[in-house]
Amino acid sequence: MRPGALPLAVLAAAWSGLWPAAAQAHLVNTGIGPVYDGIAHLFVSFEDLLPVVALALLSGLNGPAAGRRSIFTLPIAWLLGGLAGAQFPGAPLPVGPAALSLLILGVLVAADRRLAPNVVAALALALGRAHGWHSGVATAAAGLQTAGLMGTAAAAFGLTVLLAASVVGLTRPWTRIAVRVGGSWIAASGLLLFGWTLSGRT
Amino acid sequence: MRALPLLCLVAIEPALAHEQQGQAAGFFSGLAHPVSGLDHVLAMVAVGLWGAQLGAPAIWVLPVAFPLVMAFGGFLGLLGVPLPGVEPGIAASAILLGAMVATEARPPLGRAALLVALFAVFHGHTHGTELPAGHSGLFYSVGFVAATGGLHAAGIALGLAHRWRRGQIAIRAAGAAIGTAGVYFLWRALT
Repeated sequence: MRPGALPLAVLAAAWSGLWPAAAQAHLVNTGIGPVYDGIAHLFVSFEDLLPVVALALLSGLNGPAAGRRSIFTLPIAWLLGGLAGAQFPGAPLPVGPAALSLLILGVLVAADRRLAPNVVAALALALGRAHGWHSGVATAAAGLQTAGLMGTAAAAFGLTVLLAASVVGLTRPWTRIAVRVGGSWIAASGLLLFGWTLSGRT
Repeated sequence: MRALPLLCLVAIEPALAHEQQGQAAGFFSGLAHPVSGLDHVLAMVAVGLWGAQLGAPAIWVLPVAFPLVMAFGGFLGLLGVPLPGVEPGIAASAILLGAMVATEARPPLGRAALLVALFAVFHGHTHGTELPAGHSGLFYSVGFVAATGGLHAAGIALGLAHRWRRGQIAIRAAGAAIGTAGVYFLWRALT
């Protein structure tokens, strides 16, 4: 394991399992079935969508090996976390996981430090676990059950594949800088959102 | 193909309410906030102009660092941490950043980043905390950060004229104008 990887892995584990609060369901009815409702759920839930984008950017910046691990780890963790969330909808949930996800992943993208593929996979696991749990509670509340959750996980998979592959293919220096600026913006949004959450104003 | 709009009308369904509220309003109020104050606009554009003058790596270090530090200022404001002299600090940012551009100052990268970061805290503290009631905090934050980044990008785009002699003069003149405006902002903040 590279130096600095252990603290990141510990952070990822803590991120996926702490901070209690209530879930907020963002329900979408596309009218064409629970799988599509689940897919749409991701794209209208910015607090889930932006961290997935950030993870995809990070995976792409860290090369094909990291990308391959995260594109499979994220949806599986999302699905498992979601199933657990659907089973225990009243269980304590993380406070401000979106803010924390945006902050951690955004800073890592902005810093563009090379991470070991396992560390990126651990971050994908933590993200999938934390946000999947919320999705599970939301989709269960909407009566979408497993099909809706599979739709959300599939959407996360597709989005991560497309974005990570696009970033891996970037060769010109300024394009990589543009991705880092995007990471900085994501982290800044996460920090502000964290402030809103702590101040109870969001 | 002509029947498509009619088909869309036929396919109208009742709206289904869900728990998300204030997204669009939050995004647009966040987007509008940084551009609603001339002091903030001029300072952000000055950061971009200065970055363009300094060239790589400052041209990308400053726009990467500024939103993060600015958000930290907003974070402090949201937690209620007081920051003395916010308005004079913002005015001073226009004066000093304008002066840096006008004189085409070339300090070491660390000092340039520190100067920009210092002022970013003031801008974040005053602008990042004014979420209108009922608006989404996440969308407000995204809009606010995007608008600030857009102003940096505008400054960098204008700063690309630095490759020409007349462009260099024009940028330095713009820096002087920003500094002068900063003096006015300072006078207004202190009276």
